[in-house]
Amino acid sequence: MANTAVSAPTAAPSAPFQKVVTAVALAWLLPGAGHFFLKRPIRGAILSASVVVMFAFGLLMRGAMFEWLWTSADMLTTLIYCGGYIANNAAGVPYYLATWMGYVQPDVAGHVHDYGTKFLAGAGLLNVLAMVDAYEIVTGEKD
Amino acid sequence: MNLSLSHFEAAILFALLTSLVFGVVTKKTDQERIKYGLQTFGYFVLALFGIAWAMKLGHG
Repeated sequence: MANTAVSAPTAAPSAPFQKVVTAVALAWLLPGAGHFFLKRPIRGAILSASVVVMFAFGLLMRGAMFEWLWTSADMLTTLIYCGGYIANNAAGVPYYLATWMGYVQPDVAGHVHDYGTKFLAGAGLLNVLAMVDAYEIVTGEKD
Repeated sequence: MNLSLSHFEAAILFALLTSLVFGVVTKKTDQERIKYGLQTFGYFVLALFGIAWAMKLGHG
């Protein structure tokens, strides 16, 4: 006779996945929000402040945003522009807000503009680290 | 409003914010995070002065 005492199913597999997606998506869109969602407010505040301040300084220094420029003629140019575009997008809402509000800055010579461009891309890359950290927290790899 | 920072100021600001994030995301305990953040900032500053002197000496 078949055993009817079937153990109760464990937690629905979609629940942790949803939490992972929510944490990482929040971390991307609003810098630091993934950590707030995971109840790490101090780390979230530090990450949020770092990314937003770096992005704001990039704007104040009139840094240029990268465009998606795919050219087979020059792979280095493709790498710089496409990589920069991805880095800019990784900053999340600050980037979308700036472009939506009409921030346009052509790439001009000068060390301040140049630093500004790096600050804008750097803010996105720091946010990528925050996203990875949020992922590691939600999957239990990190406290 | 346009902000005009010197090379040194901009590089120090970049180092400070990057070190903060590195410290927060890399280590497991708060003490380790603070130590690693300070260490990273120190390395940034060291590299900044090292590269600056290398460029100065390289240009003669």
